Amino acid sequence: MSARAETLLWAAQRASAAVLALCVAAHLATVIYAVRGGLSAAEILGRTRGEPGWLVFYVVFVLAVAVHAPIGLRAVCAEWLGWRGRSRDIALLAFAVLLGWTGVRAAIGVFA
Amino acid sequence: MSRWVALVHRLSGVALAAFLPLHFWALGRALEGAAALDRFLAWTEHPLLKLSEWAIVLLLAVHLGGGLRVLALEFLPWRDWQKGLAAAAATVAFAVGLAFALAL
Amino acid sequence: MSETLRVSVWRGGADGAFRHYEVPRHASQTVLDVVTHIQRRIDPTLAYRFACRVGMCGSCAMTVNGTPRWTCRTHVDAVAAGGALQIGPLRNLPLIRDLVTDMREFFDKWARARGRFEGERTRRDDFARVEPGSPRRELAEAGIECIGCGVCYSACDVVAWNRDYLGPAALNRAWTLANDARDVAGAERLRAVAGDAGCHACHTHMSCSERCPKRISPTAGISGLKRASAAAALRGEL
Repeated sequence: MSARAETLLWAAQRASAAVLALCVAAHLATVIYAVRGGLSAAEILGRTRGEPGWLVFYVVFVLAVAVHAPIGLRAVCAEWLGWRGRSRDIALLAFAVLLGWTGVRAAIGVFA
Repeated sequence: MSRWVALVHRLSGVALAAFLPLHFWALGRALEGAAALDRFLAWTEHPLLKLSEWAIVLLLAVHLGGGLRVLALEFLPWRDWQKGLAAAAATVAFAVGLAFALAL
Repeated sequence: MSETLRVSVWRGGADGAFRHYEVPRHASQTVLDVVTHIQRRIDPTLAYRFACRVGMCGSCAMTVNGTPRWTCRTHVDAVAAGGALQIGPLRNLPLIRDLVTDMREFFDKWARARGRFEGERTRRDDFARVEPGSPRRELAEAGIECIGCGVCYSACDVVAWNRDYLGPAALNRAWTLANDARDVAGAERLRAVAGDAGCHACHTHMSCSERCPKRISPTAGISGLKRASAAAALRGEL
């Protein structure tokens, strides 16, 4: 990949990392709070359904993950599996789409 | 020292990337209604799975800590406090894992 | 303190093996003293490099008990736990024989990173004026003492994982030039270092900064190149 493309991937990874730092901190705090006293579907969905603010939060969270995780895996593929080039990048793009799709679907399922 | 923090950061990232599709799929079951989600949640009551949940939260905290270390090294002017950073990252991870364990 | 050291030294090529020697132990002995003793008194076929033997040239770098070091500056007392020493060639470089590695790829990468000064003044122009206390000059100063010994390159995990990775020394040199106010090849240099096996492949393991005998921090310079290339890319200049 060109210097420009490699650099933009690096920048996207770091930018999504910054977004995720905030999202993960918020997510961990709410998960720890919510898990007290056990989990049930009714309990979870009772708290989360019809919450547009949380829906937006989790969609942003999911999209940041869909950018961040595949770029991170890209280095692992090259350095530990010797997998470089077009096929690797296409596979990771597919993984990004998978994460984005299933994640947004889950967010809608829980918060819409 | 830093290369071990970096290694843990990488391994936790790979583990999280493997876990996330399952996590999204499970939550997506909520779309099928509360009963479907409840069946899944009942399955996660198994002690081995409770342990895995704790492990995943720990991995997330560790990956966050390691990630903050990378961001600090790449963007902030630093001298020798990178050692302090590694320690801070480890502490945050431990604290969060502990809080989660206590909450269980 | 025991009277003798049990020393394992790599002999042969990549398919060689460690051979064992007994070397008399002395006070203030360095690892280079040990290697020299073996070659002069025990086995003259041992191949190794050294020059100044006082920590200025970097020629004597080898792997001592798993860690890349300058052997002339490594006291035996500091590393020979239990009277045993293991000495091998620098990692990550093709092996010629015994303790001697082929340094060509190390310096080729230096060239690929455009690690050479490119100015535009001639002898007919006035001197360039560079403010020594300026931020850019201080950043350059922090990295220009590199003597190309290869210890950082040998310590780097990413070099081991990616044979095309330019490596900490080449990137550190590129960073010093990026901060040289007289240099005019900045844009091309950023393009050279920000590619597939360039600065973005660094994962801040910091083995280079930990091992550098000149206390240079290539990690800091590489981080600088990451930021500089990102700024250039976002401005459409990369």
